[in-house]
Amino acid sequence: MPNSELFALTYGSTVAQLCRDFNNDYQEVNQQLDKMGYNIGLRLIEEFLAKTGARRCQTFKETSEVIAKIGFKIFLNIQPIVGNWSQDGKSFSLILTENPLAEFVELPVAQDPNVAKELWYSQILCGVLRGALHMVQLDVDVWFTKDVLRGDDQTEIKLKLLKILKDEVPAGED
Amino acid sequence: MKSGGLIYQQDVNPGLNKLTSNDYLVLAGTLHGVHAIGSQLNSMMGPRENKSFDNSNNTLIGTERAQNPNTNRSGVQSIESDLFNLYLFQTLTGYKFILITSPNTVVHNVQESKAFGRGDLNKQYSAVNELFKQVYLCFSDYVMKDPFYSLEMPIKSGLFDSKVRAMVQ
Repeated sequence: MPNSELFALTYGSTVAQLCRDFNNDYQEVNQQLDKMGYNIGLRLIEEFLAKTGARRCQTFKETSEVIAKIGFKIFLNIQPIVGNWSQDGKSFSLILTENPLAEFVELPVAQDPNVAKELWYSQILCGVLRGALHMVQLDVDVWFTKDVLRGDDQTEIKLKLLKILKDEVPAGED
Repeated sequence: MKSGGLIYQQDVNPGLNKLTSNDYLVLAGTLHGVHAIGSQLNSMMGPRENKSFDNSNNTLIGTERAQNPNTNRSGVQSIESDLFNLYLFQTLTGYKFILITSPNTVVHNVQESKAFGRGDLNKQYSAVNELFKQVYLCFSDYVMKDPFYSLEMPIKSGLFDSKVRAMVQ
């Protein structure tokens, strides 16, 4: 594997290029990153399953544990903290104590103050989660609520379960 | 195979008679149906107690030890005949991998030593399962990570071809 700094640099150039391409329309950049992530997630889930042999989760709680303790561990070598569960158990937060994507990043707020209000620099992660979960028949919304890059106290991703796509669950499981 | 549609097929034994590509498509579609029917029949017989199969991720989360990625529990898992054996593996995402082998290698063993027959069969099952696991890993690398592969389309990857061939031999 190439080293993680090259990975962070590659991702950073992509984000910076998107900002230029879309004339600093950060909403659009967020969307593009999300889309790219989604397409990665659709594919990455296979490696995850092949390597771990994870079973279908019986509860969303279990899903959260598998994502945080296994998924993030394998692919980014970090372990986010799961928290902020909603009353109905359908949404939770992943709190990232470190973020390999953003290791060298400082948002250029001096040039454009909007960047800290609009750009979610690591939005690709949301897309990846959404794509990967879609392939195991979970329809979820994923978005950032906080990012230390923006000056928040922590980096936090929110996941909300919309629907379990029961019709798409393949036959033959127990 | 995904959703009954064949997306990849390879002969690893050049000496055998080949089916036409259409026959392979029909075979895949039929197996898809038969597998689902098998699963239905199974569920009508009520829940099975299977203690050996841990249906949760607790072990995985606790120990980070990989489990078998095969999720084909209640559908048709294998077909054995005098002429061939066929095995079905299914991923959580719904991909099916099918392996067709000659029956001789193992059935032979079973007949020779009836007392250990079951053990030998189990041995073949675990060999087949190990192969499926390797093929799935290979698929997740050389197919899923090929940026120019479109999902659910036929797989035309020379790399994947050669990896699969190397694995089976």
